[in-house]
Amino acid sequence: MEFNFQFDWQAAIASLPFLLKGLPYTLLISFAGLAIGFLIGILFGLMRIGPTRWLRWPAVVYVEVFRGTPVLVQVLFIFYGLPTLLGGPINALTAGIAAIALNAGAYISEIVRGGVQSIERGQREAGLSLGLSPPQTFRYVIWPQALRRMIPALGNQGIVSIKDTSLFSVIGVGELVRQGQVYIANTFTALEVYFMIALLYLAITLSLSLALSLLERKGLVG
Amino acid sequence: MNDSVTSQDADRTADASPIVRLDRVDKHFGNLHVMQEIDLSVAHGEVVVIIGASGSGKSTLIRCVNGLEPFQSGRIEVDGKTLMPNGASGKSLQAVRTEVGMVFQQFNLFPHLSIRDNVTLAPRKVRGVTRDQANAIADKLLERVGIADQADKYPTQLSGGQQQRVALARALAMEPRLMLFDEPTSALDPEMIGEVLDAMRELANDGMTMMIVTHEMGFAREVADRVVFVHGGQIVEQGPPEQLFDHPRHERTQAFLSRVLKH
Repeated sequence: MEFNFQFDWQAAIASLPFLLKGLPYTLLISFAGLAIGFLIGILFGLMRIGPTRWLRWPAVVYVEVFRGTPVLVQVLFIFYGLPTLLGGPINALTAGIAAIALNAGAYISEIVRGGVQSIERGQREAGLSLGLSPPQTFRYVIWPQALRRMIPALGNQGIVSIKDTSLFSVIGVGELVRQGQVYIANTFTALEVYFMIALLYLAITLSLSLALSLLERKGLVG
Repeated sequence: MNDSVTSQDADRTADASPIVRLDRVDKHFGNLHVMQEIDLSVAHGEVVVIIGASGSGKSTLIRCVNGLEPFQSGRIEVDGKTLMPNGASGKSLQAVRTEVGMVFQQFNLFPHLSIRDNVTLAPRKVRGVTRDQANAIADKLLERVGIADQADKYPTQLSGGQQQRVALARALAMEPRLMLFDEPTSALDPEMIGEVLDAMRELANDGMTMMIVTHEMGFAREVADRVVFVHGGQIVEQGPPEQLFDHPRHERTQAFLSRVLKH
């Protein structure tokens, strides 16, 4: 078999301006979704371990449902399914952000739960023994320590969610993969274009890893 | 700090009512009866040392006094506020905790805060003291326990003995009326036990009311006004240290002391 295909660097570079139009969408879906997911994760993670018993089961149900179904199915459900219920279409970008937020939120609530539960019981006892109220003890003693321990797992989830946004080409959001597919349809340079797309994802995820490791190192002084 | 101690000294002569009173306090852990209808009073300014084998219920006893352990029946009065069984104390729980300081076996310093912030956190958040005032209080207390020069460090950078002295300063920053010590030297390397006991001795000499669970019998004999021997969730015997250590009446006390004093 003769191997006669050459990697065409010029074609790869040429695709960049078109691909980069997708970058803002990828970043927007990722970071808006993760920011909302983080808030959801804190809320449900704390509901799960909080003092109010009846709040626990909704948190368990939420985590199991959104962790146990594929994010692709979630976004298809939101984009194609929900409009039937709501009686109006849902913007693809909104659907993408919602899917990341709900999916990451489920994982993050488990991260939050684990982080908070990992703090030694003596920390809470020390806070309470000083006269801090239980909420104050949580806010000033438990949470700052838990957050620090959660950073590696949160970074992991961030990277997973960023990559998950590549699936949203199916609902027509003009993110990186979607842009690449459109470009390839006209130029037939799949090798170069997917290679460049992979590089762009790497650039985003590596930046995030780097930022988090700096944050972690700074945090570890305490 | 000193002002409150002096006024407390005055109280001691005028006010004969106890600062702590346990009234038939009963507690179970499942089938284990860890406190059996315990009655115990502590007077203002009194230093009470509680001794007993591990698992005898002595730590549980002092942890009930600031509500870290719930109990199932009886009541506990601390400085006029009442702790009720089964966590039904309501607002008096936090009120008691603001006036009762505690030093733990494992120090339990806050690792994410500097030494100074460990000491200032509760005065700022509970008493509403400004950061500047709280820092001044902290520096004074840290000097008193001999670690003024470490205020900007973090707990893990200090030795165990230093950490425990910070824990003491942290508790004192709330100007407690009563101090609880739960085996304060048990987690320390032998060469660091002395420095912590010295700080506690000084506190006792200043007139602080103290309840101390410890295995340091020499210290107990020297500092205690009263020694309480606990066994199987019951107070078996109590009295002045000379009496309890030299002439224990109960055979359980004798057996326990013969085991611990031999070492």
